[in-house]
Amino acid sequence: MRRSNRFWWSGVAVLAGLLLGKAAMTGRAAPPPAAGRISGTVTYTGTPPKMRPIDMSKEPNCVTQHPTPVMTENVVTGAGSTLRWVVVYISAGDQPTSPPTEATRYNQKGCLYIPHVLALQVNQPLDIYNEDPHSHNIHPLARVNPEWNKSQPKGAPPIHTKWEEPEFIPVKCNVHPWMHGYFAVLRTPHYSVTGEDGTFSLAGLPPGKYTVTAWHEQFGAQRQEVTVGDGQSKTISFVFTARPY
Amino acid sequence: MKLTLPMMALASGMGAVLFVFGAVTPARAQESHIGGVTGHAPAGKEAYRRFCVGCHGPAGDGNGENAMWIDPKPRDFTLAAFKCRSTPTGTLPTDEDLFNSMTRGFVTTNMPPWRPLTQQNRADLVAYIKTFSPRWRTARPGTPITIPAEPAVTIASILHGREMFQNLECWKCHGAAGHGDGPSSHTLTDNKENPVRPYNFETGSRFMCGVTNRDLYRIFMTGLDGSAMPSFADQIKPADAWDLVHFLRTLQSIQTPEAAIWKTWLATHAGELKPIGPEGGQR
Repeated sequence: MRRSNRFWWSGVAVLAGLLLGKAAMTGRAAPPPAAGRISGTVTYTGTPPKMRPIDMSKEPNCVTQHPTPVMTENVVTGAGSTLRWVVVYISAGDQPTSPPTEATRYNQKGCLYIPHVLALQVNQPLDIYNEDPHSHNIHPLARVNPEWNKSQPKGAPPIHTKWEEPEFIPVKCNVHPWMHGYFAVLRTPHYSVTGEDGTFSLAGLPPGKYTVTAWHEQFGAQRQEVTVGDGQSKTISFVFTARPY
Repeated sequence: MKLTLPMMALASGMGAVLFVFGAVTPARAQESHIGGVTGHAPAGKEAYRRFCVGCHGPAGDGNGENAMWIDPKPRDFTLAAFKCRSTPTGTLPTDEDLFNSMTRGFVTTNMPPWRPLTQQNRADLVAYIKTFSPRWRTARPGTPITIPAEPAVTIASILHGREMFQNLECWKCHGAAGHGDGPSSHTLTDNKENPVRPYNFETGSRFMCGVTNRDLYRIFMTGLDGSAMPSFADQIKPADAWDLVHFLRTLQSIQTPEAAIWKTWLATHAGELKPIGPEGGQR
C-alpha cells in the first residue's frame, strides 16, 4: 500500500516537472504583476482653527533662530482647502514586510520638531537629534508602546530607538511646552505624509484590495476600500470636516 | 484515527481544566514577590477597594471620586508608567519599587505612606495594581540601574555638581536656587496633560522617591516616568552623577554634610561664582 502511494506521487512529480519545463521553454510563464499606485489629495470642509504664532520668548536661543514668528502646526492648510500633515497609509491588504534597516531621523531645531509628523515603520531604527544650543527633553506619550522621557542636552549624541507596535504617538518637550509632534508608527511600507498641497502617493502596490486610511492629529481618521489592478493607478480623495476648536 | 469514548472524555476533561485555569491564569500571573512575601491579586483587590479606590478609582485609571479634588492627580495604573523605579525610563518597575513607593508615599502629593498596612497587604496590593495594564502580561520589569559606591563629599565635587546643574539646565524647571520656580516651571504637564510642579528642594528632608543620596541619584538617572522629569542616564556618567547629588544636597533647607562644606567654602569664595541661569553657573 505504502509503496504504491510512493509510485503514484513520483508520477505526479514527473508530470508536473514536464509541464513546468514546457511552459518555461515556450515563455508562457505569467509575467510578474506590475506595481500599481494610489494617489490623491486631502482637503477639508468647514472652518479650521487658525494657526497661531508661537511665543518662544522663554528660550532666547530659539527666538533668534526665527526671524518671523513660527506658527502652530496642528492644523496646517494650503490653497484650495488642502490639509497638511495627514498620514495616508495602507491599513489592510498589505503583505507583511521587514522594516528598513536604515534609520529615520527626527530633529529638534529652533525649538520645533522637524518634521512635525514623522511616519515610520514598526521596528525601524529611529535617531532623534538635538541641533539646538540648549537642552530638550523628549517625552513620547506612548500608550501601546512604552512611554519614556529622556533629556538631551546641547551637543549630546542622537538617541537611537525604535517602536515595536503600530501607534500614533504624541511627543512633547516638557521644557518648551509649545513643542509638539507625532510619531506615526505603521506596519506598512506604503505610506505618505501630505505636504501643504494635500497630495499623497502610495506607489509600488501589487494588485489587490486595500484599505487606505488617512489620519490627522486633530480631525481623526477616515478609511476607503480601494482595489488596484495590474499596474493600475487609482485616484482617491479624502475630505475631513474641520472644526474651529 | 477514530475517536474513542475514553479519548473524548479525556479531551473534554483537558478542555475543562484549561478553561478553569485559563480563567484564573491572569490573576495567578499577577503575583508579586517582595523578599519572602508573595502577594496575590485577589487579596489585593479587597484591600484596594478599601484603601485605594477613592483616589485611584475602580478601574485603576486615577479617576476615583476624590480625584477631582487632588493635585497632582492620582496615578493612572492602566498606563503602567510609574515615577519611582530602580529601572531605566520606559521599563516596568520591579515589585520592590512599587512596594517601596506605596510604603513611602509621595511627598508634596496626597499619597500617604501606607506603612500601617501589613507587608502581606502591601504585597497583595502590588500584585493587584499590576492587573490594570496589559503590559505586565507581555513585558518584564527592567534591569535595575547600577549605582557605584558614593565617593567622599568634597568642595570640588559640589562645584562640579553645580556646573552640571547649570549645563544640564536643571534650573529651567527647578529654579536657580532649587525652589521649583524656573522659567519652565509653570507650564509643566504630566503624561495626561495635567499641570505638575517641579520639586522644590526646600521642601524638607524627603525627595519624591526616598530620602538618601542613593535615592536622589536614582531619581535623575531613571527619570520619573509619567511626570515631566526626564531620565539623564544617557547624559551623566556615574562619577559625575554623584557630584550632582552632592550639589543638590546643598539646596535643601535641612542641615546636610554637603551644605556644611558648601557654606564654609562660600564664606570666602562667594564672589567667584556666577549666578545660575541663562548666562551663568561658572566660576
